[in-house]
Amino acid sequence: MKDTSRTILNALDRRAFLKAASLPCLAACGGAFAGAPLAAPLFATPPATESDSQFIREAKFYEKLPYKKTKCKLCPRECVIDDQERGYCGVRENRGGTYYTLVHSRVVTAHIDPIEKKPFFHFMPGAVAFSLATAGCNVNCKMCQNWDISQVRPEQVRSTYAPPDKITALAQQNSCPVIAYTYSEPVIFLEYVLDCAAAARPAGVRSAVVSGGYIQADPLKKLCAQVDAIKIDLKAYSEKYYKEVVNGELKPVLDAIVTIRKAGVWNEIVYLVVPTLNDGDAEFQGLARWVKSELGPDVPLHFSRFHPEYLLKNLPPTPIETLERAKAIADAEGLHYVYIGNVPGHPAESTYCPHCRKKVVDRTGYTINGVYLHHGKCQFCHTVIPGVWT
Amino acid sequence: MLGSTLAALKLGDGRAVALPSASAEAGRSRVVIARDAKIRSAGVGFDSARLAQLLDHALQATFECDSPIEAWKKVVRPGEVVGLKVNCLGGRGNATHPELVEAITERLRQVGITEMVIWDRQNSDLEHARFKIAERGSGLRCFGNDVLGFEDALAIFGKAGSLMCRTLTQVCDAVINLPVLKDHGIAGVTLALKSMFGAIHNPNKYHSDAGNPYVADVYAFPPIRQKVRLHICDGLNAQYDGGPSFMPQWMWPFNGLLVSRDPVALDYVGWKIIEKKRLEVGAPSLREQKREPAYISTAADAEHRLGTCDPQRIERVEI
Repeated sequence: MKDTSRTILNALDRRAFLKAASLPCLAACGGAFAGAPLAAPLFATPPATESDSQFIREAKFYEKLPYKKTKCKLCPRECVIDDQERGYCGVRENRGGTYYTLVHSRVVTAHIDPIEKKPFFHFMPGAVAFSLATAGCNVNCKMCQNWDISQVRPEQVRSTYAPPDKITALAQQNSCPVIAYTYSEPVIFLEYVLDCAAAARPAGVRSAVVSGGYIQADPLKKLCAQVDAIKIDLKAYSEKYYKEVVNGELKPVLDAIVTIRKAGVWNEIVYLVVPTLNDGDAEFQGLARWVKSELGPDVPLHFSRFHPEYLLKNLPPTPIETLERAKAIADAEGLHYVYIGNVPGHPAESTYCPHCRKKVVDRTGYTINGVYLHHGKCQFCHTVIPGVWT
Repeated sequence: MLGSTLAALKLGDGRAVALPSASAEAGRSRVVIARDAKIRSAGVGFDSARLAQLLDHALQATFECDSPIEAWKKVVRPGEVVGLKVNCLGGRGNATHPELVEAITERLRQVGITEMVIWDRQNSDLEHARFKIAERGSGLRCFGNDVLGFEDALAIFGKAGSLMCRTLTQVCDAVINLPVLKDHGIAGVTLALKSMFGAIHNPNKYHSDAGNPYVADVYAFPPIRQKVRLHICDGLNAQYDGGPSFMPQWMWPFNGLLVSRDPVALDYVGWKIIEKKRLEVGAPSLREQKREPAYISTAADAEHRLGTCDPQRIERVEI
C-alpha cells in the first residue's frame, strides 16, 4: 500500500494553507459563499481509485437483510441496498452483503477557515478551524454551493488518505484549536468524524460539525458524545420544500436539533433564505416559534443570503430586505440571537446583549473587531451570553 | 394482434414473418421479440451461430429488411464511432452477454464500422461480466466511465441534473443500447430507459419514488436521446425478481431478444413480460410491491416525448 502521509504533510504545511485562505475569493465574496471551500484542494497526490482499500471500513450503522441486501441505518432515508450497489449518498456500498463506507480518511478538500465562516458565532470567536470534507451527501439540495464534491462519488474526485491522527497533527501544526467537518455532509462520513474527534479530543483539539441534520437518532447520539459543536442547516420550515428542493424530510431534522440540544452540544442554526421558495412570513414565524418553544430563545439563528448555484441558477440572490424581514419576525417572537449572514458589513452580523442591547461581539464578515465579554458575560451589564467563548 | 394488414418478411433461413404493412405502422413503435428455444448449446453457453441468426432475424423484423446488413445500414453509417452500452451491474450472472455483443460487432464491421466502444459504468463492472478491458488502440475498445470521466458542465432536465460521461459525449457518434431483461428492486424493472443511468455520474440520486420521473428525465438529456439509435435487450436469461443483482433462483431462460428503436415501447413490453412471469410463479405484481415502473409512462408524456407506452400504438412482433 502506498504511504502518502509524507506527501500530505508536505502539501499541508502552514504556508500553503495561509496562501489558500487569503485568496482573493475571501475578500471579494466577503462571505457570500459561506459554505464553499476557499480554494482548490491543497492535496497534491494523484486521484485515489475505488479499489483503494485504505479508505474502506465496514459501516457502523446498518442491518444485514436476506439475499445479501443491506439496510442503511445512518440517515432516515434507510436505503435498502443490493449487492454491489450504493446508497443515495454514493459513498456507502454493499459488497457481498456487508455494507462499507468508502470514504474513511478519504479527504477531498481541506482548508483553514475562520470559524465564523461555518458560521459559528457563539463558538470560539476568532478561532481558525482545520476544515475538511469527503465526497458525498445524503440529500441533493438544488442550491448546493459545493455540489462538485457533495454530489459525486468518491472515485470521481481527487482525494487523499488522511487518517485521524494525521488530522489532529495537522490541526495542531497549523494552530487550529478546532477541526470542522464541513463543506459536504459529515453524516455520510460519520465513522471518520467519530474517529477524528476521538483522536483530537485528548490533544485538546475540539470538533465542530456543519450538517444538514438528516441523521438517525442512534448515530446522532454517538456523534454528540464526541464533538463540541454542531451547526445545522435547517433548509426550510416546510416538508414541501424538503421534498422538492432538498430531497429529504423536515421532521427528522427537527428531531435531530432537539436531540443535539438535549445532549448539551453547542448548537447554532442556519436558514438559507431562497427567494420565492422559503421566504414567506408564515414560515419565518413558524420557524421562530418552533425554535423558541423546543430549543429556547438562546439558540443562535442565522438567516443567510442565497446566491444562485447548481440547479437554482434561475433565482436571484436574496434581497437584503427579505433577510431583515426574517430577522424582524424572529426578533419579535423573542429569540435573542438572530443574525443575518452572507451580507458582509451588515449590523446584524454582530452579537448584541439581549438585556442591555450593547454590542458584545463586533464582526465584519469573518473578522472579529472586538469581543466585549468577560467570562461569558456581557461586560456592560453582566448578562450571561450563552456560547463556548474560549 | 397484427390484424389483417400483414406483409411478409423473408428471413435468412427461408422462414417468413408476418409484419404490419407500412401504412398500418405509421406513428407506431415496433418491438420485436425474437426467441429461439434451441439457442443454448449442449454445455454451458449459447450456440453462437444460432445467436447470430436470432440477432439477424430480430434486426430484419425491426427494420423490415430482407438482409441483416440492410437493417444495420439503417442504424449506423460507415465512419461513425459506435458505442455499445452494455449493462454489467449483475456480473456474469445477468449482464449483457459478451456473445451477443460479439455478434453485434461482427455485423457492424460488415457495414463499415471500424471504431467501436463497449462501455458501462466502471472497468471492474465490465470485467465481472467477462468483458476484456481495452482502453487504447483502434478498432474495438472496451472501458468504463472511470477511464475518461465526466463532463464538467451539468446536463439538466426536469428534476435531474447530472454530469454526462465523456465516453458518450466525446467518443461515440452513435450508441446501441444493450440492457438486460430484468427486475429492479426499487424501480420495478431496468430495461432500455434505466440502463442509461450508466451514462451519468450520480445514478444513486435517482432511485427515489421508484425512479419516477428521474429515469425519464435522465434519458431526456440531449446526448442520450440524440445518440442512442437502437435498443437490443438481452433476454437470453431473464430475471423476474430480486434485481438488479444476480439472483439465480429468480431467473428463467427466456432465450430471446427484444429489439426496438423506441425505448419506451421496449420498456413497456419488457415490463409486461416480467409481470406475466411473476403472475405465473405466484409473485405479487410490481404495483402490489409499490414499485410499478411509472417512469415508463412519464417518458411518454408531453414533457418528455421519448416514445410510446400506449399498447394501441405498439406493434409487438414475435418471431
